[in-house]
Amino acid sequence: MDLLQLVVVGVIVGSVIGLGAMGLTLTFGILKFANFAHGDMMTLGMFLAYAIVGDLGWSGPTLEPFSIPLGLVLGVAVAGLGVAALAAGIDRLIYRRLRRRGSALITMAIASLGVAIMIRAMIQLAWGPQPKRYAGGINPAWSIGELRIKPDQVLIIVMTMAIALGVYFLLYRTRLGKAMRATADNPQLADVAGIDTERIRLATWAIAGVLIAAAGVMFAVQAQLRFDAGFEFLLPMFAAVILGGIGNPWGALVGGLIVGISQETSTYWIPSGFKSGVPFILLIMMLAARPRGLFGSTF
Amino acid sequence: MIDAITALPFGSLDLLYLVTFQGAVNWSVGFITTVAIFGIVVLGLNVQWGYTGILNFGVVAFFMIGAYTSALLTLSPAEGFASYILGWELPVVVGWIAAACMGALLALLIGLPTLRLRLDFLAIATIGIAEIFRTVAQSADGLVNRTEGLNGIPGLFADSVSRSDYKWVLLAIALTMLALVYLLVRAATQSPWGRVLRAIRDNEATAQAAGKQTVAYRLQAFVFGGAIIAFAGALYAHRLGAISPPGFTDLFGTFLPYTMLIVGGAGNHRGVMLGALFVGFFWFGTPLVQESLPDVIGNNVFVWRQFLIGLLVVVFILWLPKGLIAEESRVSRFLPKPVGGPSLVARLTGRFRGG
Repeated sequence: MDLLQLVVVGVIVGSVIGLGAMGLTLTFGILKFANFAHGDMMTLGMFLAYAIVGDLGWSGPTLEPFSIPLGLVLGVAVAGLGVAALAAGIDRLIYRRLRRRGSALITMAIASLGVAIMIRAMIQLAWGPQPKRYAGGINPAWSIGELRIKPDQVLIIVMTMAIALGVYFLLYRTRLGKAMRATADNPQLADVAGIDTERIRLATWAIAGVLIAAAGVMFAVQAQLRFDAGFEFLLPMFAAVILGGIGNPWGALVGGLIVGISQETSTYWIPSGFKSGVPFILLIMMLAARPRGLFGSTF
Repeated sequence: MIDAITALPFGSLDLLYLVTFQGAVNWSVGFITTVAIFGIVVLGLNVQWGYTGILNFGVVAFFMIGAYTSALLTLSPAEGFASYILGWELPVVVGWIAAACMGALLALLIGLPTLRLRLDFLAIATIGIAEIFRTVAQSADGLVNRTEGLNGIPGLFADSVSRSDYKWVLLAIALTMLALVYLLVRAATQSPWGRVLRAIRDNEATAQAAGKQTVAYRLQAFVFGGAIIAFAGALYAHRLGAISPPGFTDLFGTFLPYTMLIVGGAGNHRGVMLGALFVGFFWFGTPLVQESLPDVIGNNVFVWRQFLIGLLVVVFILWLPKGLIAEESRVSRFLPKPVGGPSLVARLTGRFRGG
């Protein structure tokens, strides 16, 4: 494939990675531990949307020129709410107990891997091992000169930009956002200043849940829904988080685009079977050269 | 599910088979051999996580590199449709040693850039390695025979006994190696070197203040543990005789050992081996009772056991953070013995690794 075409594909993949990484970096910055269940939360988002358009059959007419059915709009909303509620609920049940006990952050990371395994098992129990699709139709690509891009892919990029703008307003134009930034910066000081940091943590989980569910649905629009699809995004998302600086959502978005573009353009030079190694190489190089990220941790 | 069948040669059989005496013996021999190999994995992991606090989420990658290294060195050269590198027909023991060296090398490569940083960076860096290994193994032409995997891997002393009795030889090899690794790991962790590891884990700043190069010690522990896990992978490959990339899942090769470690009691070698037995019995035993379970569970027994080990990890972290056998607080045999152990209440409410 042409290099420029690969860059376009990379931007689309990078949008999904970046959107998911924004949520991951927020929880990393505010909860202070690496959430290894983030990939499986993504899978859950995909399948919750499928519950609406597939299991319930509320697909409705196809939204031309996209291949997605109208019901997927409701599906995204259900997925966002569902994953947000689950993430906040798990915090109440598990992570808050560990926080109060003063457990090491690394212990919470192990617990999150246990949570990931449980979520993945529940998805398999509910939806079975067979891959699923939102809609069967094909999505003919638009041609711009030599470039070819599908309407669905344009939608993914536009949606990512819109959601990123939404996160910007939330963090910089609302009291909640200010409190979140304060909690990330110094939880004890935020507590003393009268911020209910436990509420902030729940809000963080909810926001991360909405973001990762949206990323999951956007990925699944142009791919199959498999029960391990989200887990395969975990390393690219972490690579984006580290590239951008832990706790920095803009860094994570840019990091996601860097990871996506380098992963896809690498297939110009190396066999495509090896491209899954690219995020890992980026991660290791970044940790060796500049572990605080391209843009630093503050936001 | 592939993992259950490859792990136990008799995994597809049901309770009816077990009812016969020969069936029960066969299953038990296969099971204990598997548990012994997992016991070696958790001992290696105990050096990394239990003693040093290094969170390695790529255990299966070490296991896999060990299995493939030893297999490739001992196999006969590729012929027919198979295509893979090496095939030097070296003695099995040479394969084992090479496997341990490759595990050590992998640990060095990952540990050098990450171990001087925050503790969770190594966990993040290791979570995706196994996936990369599997993808490369499946898609690279002429490297390790892709999805078909490697077959006909020679076993140690395979010619000495009949085929039906060879399982006893495998059992003896696995148990002997487990015992040797246990003695080695115990000697290492009871030495002054091992005490430094615990000091680093519990309070790195203090260890540094005492003049210890904490990053160097962590790297040594990571390399040591990685070599042991890769060695276990080699034993696994020669025991099965055939390996392929889909058999090395994160669930089977990384999460299962962590469950064994946490249930058994991180930081206690006998504890983690007990954990390997308990969790292994649950993991490999559930498919056998599939028929007698209610349909709603029986039809999805592989998924349910996956859910339950996830739950087991969370439950132990929350309510039994020290595991079945807690780590000994006495760090040296030259210290006076503590009077009485911690009470059950203290153990149940104790902090995971002291916070």
